Amino acid sequence: MNLADAFDEPAFVPYLCVGDPSVERTREYVQALVRGGADVLELGLPFSEPIAEGPTIQGSVVRALEAGTTPEQYFEFVDSLDVDVPVVCMTYYNLLYQYGDSEAQRASDASGEAASDGPESFVERAAEVGISGFVIPDLPAEEAGPLRAACDDHGLDLVFIVAPTTEGDRLERMVELSSGYLYVQARLGVTGAKADVSDQTEASLAKVSQYDIPKAVGFGVSSGDQARHIVEAGADGVIVGSALVDVVAEHGDPDGDDVPERLEAKARELSEGVAAGAENMAKPEGQ
Amino acid sequence: MSHETQRGADETEDRDGTFGRYGGQYVPEALMPAVQELEDAYERYVLNNVDGFVDEFRRRLRDFGGRPTPLQRADRLSDRLDREVYLKREDLLHGGAHKLNNALGQVLLAKYMGKERIVAETGAGQHGTATAMAAAHLDMPCEVYMGTRDIQRQRPNVFRMRLNGSEVNPVSAGRGTLKEAINETMRDWATNVEDTHYVIGSVVGPHPFPEMVRTFQSVISEEARAQVQEQAGQLPDSVVACAGGGSNTMGTFHEFVGDESVDLFAVEAGGSSLAVDEETGVAPNSASLSTGTEGVLHGARTKLLQDSDGNVVESHSVSSGLDYAGVGPELAHLVDTERVTPVNVDDDEALEAFHLLSQEEGIIPALESAHAVAFARANPEQLGGLTVINVSGRGDKDLESVIEETENRELENAPGMDIFERAAGGSGGGL
Ligand SMILES: Cc1ncc(COP(=O)(O)O)c(C=O)c1O
Repeated sequence: MNLADAFDEPAFVPYLCVGDPSVERTREYVQALVRGGADVLELGLPFSEPIAEGPTIQGSVVRALEAGTTPEQYFEFVDSLDVDVPVVCMTYYNLLYQYGDSEAQRASDASGEAASDGPESFVERAAEVGISGFVIPDLPAEEAGPLRAACDDHGLDLVFIVAPTTEGDRLERMVELSSGYLYVQARLGVTGAKADVSDQTEASLAKVSQYDIPKAVGFGVSSGDQARHIVEAGADGVIVGSALVDVVAEHGDPDGDDVPERLEAKARELSEGVAAGAENMAKPEGQ
Repeated sequence: MSHETQRGADETEDRDGTFGRYGGQYVPEALMPAVQELEDAYERYVLNNVDGFVDEFRRRLRDFGGRPTPLQRADRLSDRLDREVYLKREDLLHGGAHKLNNALGQVLLAKYMGKERIVAETGAGQHGTATAMAAAHLDMPCEVYMGTRDIQRQRPNVFRMRLNGSEVNPVSAGRGTLKEAINETMRDWATNVEDTHYVIGSVVGPHPFPEMVRTFQSVISEEARAQVQEQAGQLPDSVVACAGGGSNTMGTFHEFVGDESVDLFAVEAGGSSLAVDEETGVAPNSASLSTGTEGVLHGARTKLLQDSDGNVVESHSVSSGLDYAGVGPELAHLVDTERVTPVNVDDDEALEAFHLLSQEEGIIPALESAHAVAFARANPEQLGGLTVINVSGRGDKDLESVIEETENRELENAPGMDIFERAAGGSGGGL
């Protein structure tokens, strides 16, 4: 499914890390999020060094790794998902870089003789299972050439994060390389739920309003009210991770706990916030 | 930003931040402007001595740090190995390790850049200690992130940092060692990037850190190369240094890289075994140069210890300063091009060398440095007629763990503390 089209109406974009506490439970959670109004799913593939994440998502990543979640399981999971919203894969570059390298390649790698094939095999496999695009927080535009090329070859989108510190030529270059949507980072720092809407949000949106690509705001969004504010400030989408992972973190007995119900309720609050913001937007987005 | 136009200014370096296939800048977008600002500042102050940065750095290294450090002939080790063995005494630098060369350089650079706050990670606590000292000396507030396991292993250093006025923030993720401390410091930097400089502790991280830290540490080989020629009338046949991230290593090698007759040995921690346990995700060693594969860690493409999926595995070494799953990109490149030979010694050999140097030379080395001595001791035939070994630090910080590790092993000639504990227990009971 075309990623940009999912933002025709302001979109609610939830994030969860696959495999926390198990791949099977993630399936229930994802279905709950879709029932609650998810328009796009950002699904995390756990990596051992999640340097852009705050404590909440770090905890989730650790649980997923402890449960033994591998890239291949992740792909099989996405392949078997029966939802009709686009899936974006969020992970770190080393997992793309290593995927599919044969033992022989790795051995000759170690002696420096042959290049690994870089992100190509990973992207190919992602395309096969129906993933629409990627967010890779430790891959700035400067290092993204090989991944951008692989995405182009397989028709996938590559989403870049615009930070509060991104400006000038770098911003231009990043927008040029981006497709699908721009991930507008609402505040400096790492992921984590916050109670307020960052003052930086409007300035960050203004900075990118001239570009013809959907803008989704993330980092610190936790309530329907915040989501509404952000859409009113001109965003085409609202990304929410930690506030949902907080619910997942309280999982208990697979048969007995009410995590799916609570996730659905939280998702509904957030997606309704997005919808209310859209309604209140009398004027066209940007300006 | 003038950054594009400055590339290519220095003809001897890859100014695009890569060393062969290694290096680069794999960091979150929020940090990219800071990394580029640092590139510019490095170029301006460190490479071009604008505002007299280099002069001030050298003066402070001398007056505050105690440079130059001696190059000393190790008489009994020379006899024992039947060749000329010289020790570069970085253990005599203020703070007790080579780390101050880099920490002082970076804290001073942060001042020149107008930054107001310093953060750093530390493994053994030596880099944290050096940074805390430099920050106190230059009047900058400083916070140091340190793994909880390392805090246990290196308690005296934790207290030293606090004495110098730094905050020490424990990091409990993972196994609570250097890798996690770096992650957490990166997160702090990404949050406070506008007024904060991250003083990274080795030749790792995104460009320009690997090159910049090597430049600050190269004072070791500048001195050693001149000293050995003056004292022995010749260049050495070999130079030996331990390698964790590789900052003492690159600092000790750099001025010798062009001397083709000089063999360079980087000694990694072999830990208790060279194999990786895929099941538990633990490598009982830190030998990324010898056994690692190419990947991306902490901002750079380099050799690292990882499982077949690309998750980074937990490393191990008896010495916390070598306990790291990655290694500097320049060192990885020098190994690929066969200019540097990677070797390793295990925990037991390192402990034996620790006791040997303590008893026979009157020098208690850091456990990290003991790895370099252990390699020389076990492989004298590879050293040629004259070798220089870098004693990267002193061992005071390691005494508690050496007592414990020694008691767990049968080591020849190693004193323990058990007899005193028994004596104390006995007399207590008699009263
Ligand atoms: C005394 C000493 N030597 C060596 C090292 C290893 O670091 P590097 O490989 O960067 O020199 C450390 C690190 O803490 C250290 O304290």
